[in-house]
Amino acid sequence: MLSTTGKTRLAKWYMQFDDDEKQKLIEEVHAVVTVRDAKHTNFVEFRNFKIIYRRYAGLYFCICVDVTDNNLAYLEGIHNFVEVLNEYFHNVCELDLVFNFYKVYTVVDEMFLAGEIRETSQTKVLKQLLMLQSLE
Amino acid sequence: MLGYPAHFGQMECVRMIASPRYSEKRVGYLGAMMLLDEKQDASLLITNSIKNDLSNSNQYIQSLALCTLACMGSAEMCRDLAPEIDRLLRASNSYIKKKAALCAVHIVRKVHDLGELFTKAARSLLTEKNHGVVHGAVVLITELCERNSETLERFRKTVPDLVQIMKGLVISGYSPDHDVAGISDPFLQVRILRLLRILGRNNEAASDAMNDLLAQVATNTDSTKTVGNAVLYETVLTVLDIKSESGLRVLAVNILGRFLLNNDRNIRYIAMTSLQKIVGTDHNAVQRHRGTIVDCLKDQDASVKRRALELSLALVSASNIRSMMKELLSFLSSCPPELRSQTASGIFNAAERYAPSQRWHIDTILHVLTTAGGDVRDETVPNLIQLITNTSELHCYTVHKLYRALLSDISQQPLVQVACWCIGEYGDLLLRGECQETEPVQVHRAQQTLVFPSANSDCDPVNPLTAPLSLHNSTPDSRIRSIVSIYGSCIDVELQQRAVEYNALFKKYDHMRAAVLERMPVIEKNSQGHTNGETIKESQTVKVKPGEPQQPANQVCDLLDLLGGSEQPLQPSPALGSAAPPIPVSTPNTVGGDLLDLLGGLEPTPITPVATVTVYEKDGVTVTLGCEKQSDSGLTVTLTASNSTESDIRGFTLQAAVPKSVQLHMKAPSGDSLPARGAAKVTQMVVLNNPNKVNLKMRLRISYTSQGSAVQDTVQIDSFPGLGQ
Repeated sequence: MLSTTGKTRLAKWYMQFDDDEKQKLIEEVHAVVTVRDAKHTNFVEFRNFKIIYRRYAGLYFCICVDVTDNNLAYLEGIHNFVEVLNEYFHNVCELDLVFNFYKVYTVVDEMFLAGEIRETSQTKVLKQLLMLQSLE
Repeated sequence: MLGYPAHFGQMECVRMIASPRYSEKRVGYLGAMMLLDEKQDASLLITNSIKNDLSNSNQYIQSLALCTLACMGSAEMCRDLAPEIDRLLRASNSYIKKKAALCAVHIVRKVHDLGELFTKAARSLLTEKNHGVVHGAVVLITELCERNSETLERFRKTVPDLVQIMKGLVISGYSPDHDVAGISDPFLQVRILRLLRILGRNNEAASDAMNDLLAQVATNTDSTKTVGNAVLYETVLTVLDIKSESGLRVLAVNILGRFLLNNDRNIRYIAMTSLQKIVGTDHNAVQRHRGTIVDCLKDQDASVKRRALELSLALVSASNIRSMMKELLSFLSSCPPELRSQTASGIFNAAERYAPSQRWHIDTILHVLTTAGGDVRDETVPNLIQLITNTSELHCYTVHKLYRALLSDISQQPLVQVACWCIGEYGDLLLRGECQETEPVQVHRAQQTLVFPSANSDCDPVNPLTAPLSLHNSTPDSRIRSIVSIYGSCIDVELQQRAVEYNALFKKYDHMRAAVLERMPVIEKNSQGHTNGETIKESQTVKVKPGEPQQPANQVCDLLDLLGGSEQPLQPSPALGSAAPPIPVSTPNTVGGDLLDLLGGLEPTPITPVATVTVYEKDGVTVTLGCEKQSDSGLTVTLTASNSTESDIRGFTLQAAVPKSVQLHMKAPSGDSLPARGAAKVTQMVVLNNPNKVNLKMRLRISYTSQGSAVQDTVQIDSFPGLGQ
């Protein structure tokens, strides 16, 4: 998740990278994604992967997948994720994500795991999240 | 973390994970996922904690542990904890099963052998009701099948089950839980389709079972929303990959066609990507959509343009060449710079294959050179020259067009090169032809203006100077001589060399000049594309070892290319080797020999060969090759020549050409004469660098003079001794 100013709000890695490699990757992704506007497709070829991204207000949600994966499905996955965030935080805005980042990570873990989409039902995810919240 | 080093946190994480309280554990695990990765040693410390937590009764703690393992589990951790995961896969809690399934996916990715451990469990998971579990199971099975073909066989039996599940999803009514925009659980549908694709590849039985289902999905799915299109896209990919019946394939291509007409750019992009994969097999089906594809060339997104370009180039055929070429040429003038060279080479290929007439072909190439000359590949220049010489009836037309183009715009280097050559060769036609009012002086002024900018840039200066020379032959004019002699004191070394040589030609060898500068004969067309282009390039770019001795060899090569061809009418063409070289070359023993004398002798460099093999043996001349591996990609080849005839051999030279990605460095030969009866040998070292490890081949051109007659031969070396391949 990148803001338009280039700040990383959330980064989840499912593959092994060094710290400086990670930083470089983030910069490259930002450089590629922010120059594209609405006229462009939501898919970019990046090294030997694809980036599927979508812009919501001031944030870019990017997922980096293999070339063989279905683009549109992951685009929908992004949208699903954003809808869950919206429900959970009640009309989410960027500040919510910044201040409650650990909760956002929990949501990510609920929905994506080991690099794949895990749970697709929004109601189930929300139920889980509420349970976890009650444990604290 | 966010670019800052965070080592201080690692031990804290380990401590927190070990604490019994949930909130601390949670922060600890979160920290672990963020800060630790496989390479850190601290990750080993948490293995035990994860193991304990996996057997914890609280499912949330279990899930935390599973998450962390799935996220950053190293190979050792995976090995240790795999049995635990297997146990959890059979647990009763579906929440845990979901996570365990995906954790198993991660384990399989890290440690391939552990896959067998999970196959049985995975099979049973498929029958679950919970979508999440089924989803996880499908992903796990996909991963297992991709790694191991035996498991693939075993899971083929599950195809009916999968088909059943899919049917349930497609036909069943509204399910609020998993519904996304009217389609029930599209993610699961996409996953199952993908698994079916893998299972059905190259397998008739499985493909048959799927046919009905795929047809049903394709027709029933609502395609107004993106989700629907996602499912349809996956269906299409599956249909095209398995052995489906032709009706189904037609349906798939039609769906792709519908995608192309969609307004959403995304969908058009993926449609073109998939069409590209099938354009080889289902060419006619794709041709129907040619119009839409060509329209996409004008889209504003660069990736869409690229896809459209690739598809259009693939779709060019003899029937639509004219219209397609018009579109492609207009695209070339407006396309982004990174696509220019690809477009240019694509246009050339298409023109070469399907040109309806020579004149059209030449027109097209000239158009490309004027618009995008800077981006074309190097071999187009010789190809174009060859083409022009082949079409003798169009010489006049061609040279006029080139001259006009040159007058208007002088910046495109390949255009300049071709134009120079043509004007040089056919200058008399230029003056005689249509524009009879063009006086010679204009042409020479053009030559002058040509040479100035080319001397300032770093393009090949040889051509501009040669052209006036050839022109002089046909229309003698003293101004040319003065132009040439000006460059005798030029700063650029190559230019100066040439000018001096040509001056020498005027002064000393005036009697030979006419013959030397005669028009070039028709160049034979050769089928070996790049190696021949390589020969020209190589002989022009043979690296010069610091020091004078190498220069003669370099010059001889260049001279061979430029002047040698015209010498053919003088001497009977010698027996050429296996393939006809691009420009028929014969050793100009008089001119070349004199120049060799002019510029000093050659330094001998004795070398000892290793693991030799004879590569050429004819008329008493033997060339052996020995090679020695210097490094992983470097190779030193030693060529040794000896003479077993009764007479001496003089002017012995070797030239080599290698495939494109290999770098060649020829060192100075030890000498250029082979005394009779093998009294002494000539050795030459060649250093090759093969970074891409391509199949190493070398073409060797051997030229020498024996008993007053010149001999020139070519031999191809395909296997190198001592390479150990």
